[in-house]
Amino acid sequence: MPPILSLAHLSKVYASGFEALHDVNLEIAQGEIFALLGPNGAGKTTLISIVCGSVNKSGGQVLVGGLDNLTNYRATRSRIGLVPQEIALDIFSTVWSNVRLSRGLFGKRPDDAYLEGLLKDLSLWEKRDSPVIQLSGGMKRRTMIAKALSHQPDILFLDEPTAGVDVNLRRDMWALVRKLRETGVTIILTTHYIEEAEEMADRVGVMKEGRLALVEDKVALMRRLGKRHLSLTLKTPLAVLPEALSDWSLSLAAEGSRLVYDFDAKAPDNGMPALLQKLDSLGVGYSDLETSNSTLEDIFVSLVEAKRP
Amino acid sequence: MSNMPMTDTPITNRPMMSLAFNGPGVWAIYRNEIRRTLRTLIQSVVSPVITTALYFIVFGGAIGSRISQVGGVSYGAFIVPGLIMLSLLTQSVSNASVAIYFPKFTGAIYELLSAPMSAVEAVLAYVGAAATKSVGIGLIILATAELFVNVTILHPVWMIAFLVLTSVAFSLFGFIIGIWAKSFEQLNLVPALILTPLTFLGGSFYSIDMLPPFWRTFSLFNPVVYLVSGFRWSFYGVGDVSIEASLAFTALFIAVCLAILVWIFRTGYRLRA
Ligand SMILES: Nc1ncnc2c1ncn2[C@@H]1O[C@H](COP(=O)(O)OP(=O)(O)O)[C@@H](O)[C@H]1O
Ligand SMILES: [Mg+2]
Repeated sequence: MPPILSLAHLSKVYASGFEALHDVNLEIAQGEIFALLGPNGAGKTTLISIVCGSVNKSGGQVLVGGLDNLTNYRATRSRIGLVPQEIALDIFSTVWSNVRLSRGLFGKRPDDAYLEGLLKDLSLWEKRDSPVIQLSGGMKRRTMIAKALSHQPDILFLDEPTAGVDVNLRRDMWALVRKLRETGVTIILTTHYIEEAEEMADRVGVMKEGRLALVEDKVALMRRLGKRHLSLTLKTPLAVLPEALSDWSLSLAAEGSRLVYDFDAKAPDNGMPALLQKLDSLGVGYSDLETSNSTLEDIFVSLVEAKRP
Repeated sequence: MSNMPMTDTPITNRPMMSLAFNGPGVWAIYRNEIRRTLRTLIQSVVSPVITTALYFIVFGGAIGSRISQVGGVSYGAFIVPGLIMLSLLTQSVSNASVAIYFPKFTGAIYELLSAPMSAVEAVLAYVGAAATKSVGIGLIILATAELFVNVTILHPVWMIAFLVLTSVAFSLFGFIIGIWAKSFEQLNLVPALILTPLTFLGGSFYSIDMLPPFWRTFSLFNPVVYLVSGFRWSFYGVGDVSIEASLAFTALFIAVCLAILVWIFRTGYRLRA
């Protein structure tokens, strides 16, 4: 099956001269949940906005279901729903008018039964006749989601859907994503939170400074994310690693006075007890021992550095 | 690069649910805009009625008692078409400019920009709604004027035609201003600096024949003169300029606005980064 979304050599230079996207290539399969990770300013929102049509690209091509998103904008856009990062609503209109307007904008005939179900799913039904200005922040965000889903898109973009939202909404959001996936909707979401990607995504892309530094299967990435380090402070510094320790992925630091072991925290056997036994039998003494996890920041840095020429 | 091409896609290459014309979209915006007006119905209707009544008291009553007739029409009746035009211009520009400026201001415009709507459809919906409102207000003012003076309408079809054409022309103009404006100050700048002077100097309250020769010639460069004159002609059969000139000007004005809008949507000017 051809990819539902395909970006080829996509680039963006804003009028200010700032290069927000640099030669981005990406293919997303139908029904996939794709998480775009990356620090602030990486270009995630720019990428989404170009696909959806609210920002002009500078170069490259965007294909949605095999169709160019400019020359076939009617066909491509009517398939896409977008929940932008910022809440932006006609605050004087009611929730109901907002979703009805959205559905119409995307070329769909009114279907009040569908919209009723949608608002109920999002716990908004009771608030349907309230002007948006009277809603709480969480309810406003739910309204944004309802608008994005009002025309039954089969591709959904969620730009930082859970940034600054309460626990309830976050949980509901995850449930919604799972429910949508069951109906075959392709979902592309951006986030700062690694656990969100872990919870929901099939594949993960990491952006940095306008480049797509890496695209990886979630399971593989999580294995890397699951890396832990054991650091031993040696009583006597070692010049070289003993041959007998070659089964473990070890390195020496601090002029041989520290031995560092990288291991997979999630593996059934992490090799740590065996290593410690081996050290005892070799007579390598240590005075201190500590373990640490890779942070998201470490991962970003190591992934991005590794990919740079 | 344009994300919202004016022309449509070729018939070939069309996937399952392509639309030739986004009728539901146009209708949804139009309906939403009219609802917005109805929410503020009192304000929308009462204020032009009061303003008109005041004009009648001041101009029709105080000044009209000294100027009995202009071109064979009582002064009170003479100013009716001009008064309607005055409101029509200001209302059209303000309605249409706010309608598009406000979503830009709140950020809600992202949805219009990412919707499967062509520029023509967006303009049709927004300008159509703004013009509808203006025509409504024009008719309300006409009804109010009837309470004060006897208004005769010699050419009712032309009268309606001018009412609609002027509303459309200045709603288009307002739409452009709404897209251009980066702040509420700018939004008010054009109406205050250009529109108000042009309307007051546009022969709403006098015939340009009453002016000294220099100012009379000068007035012929004022587009509003042509609108007021044509509109007045549809009432009383007399105008400052010929009906053909009035029509030609209105058509030209609409054409220029449309050309600017085509360019705006082609380039994404002040709509898309
Ligand atoms: N309209 C704009 N004009 C100029 N620069 C912009 C504009 N929008 C975004 N940028 C810049 O582009 C970069 C990427 O922004 P964005 O796509 O919002 O990143 P992210 O969503 O990953 O945080 C940022 O440095 C931002 O300042
Ligand atoms: Mg962003």
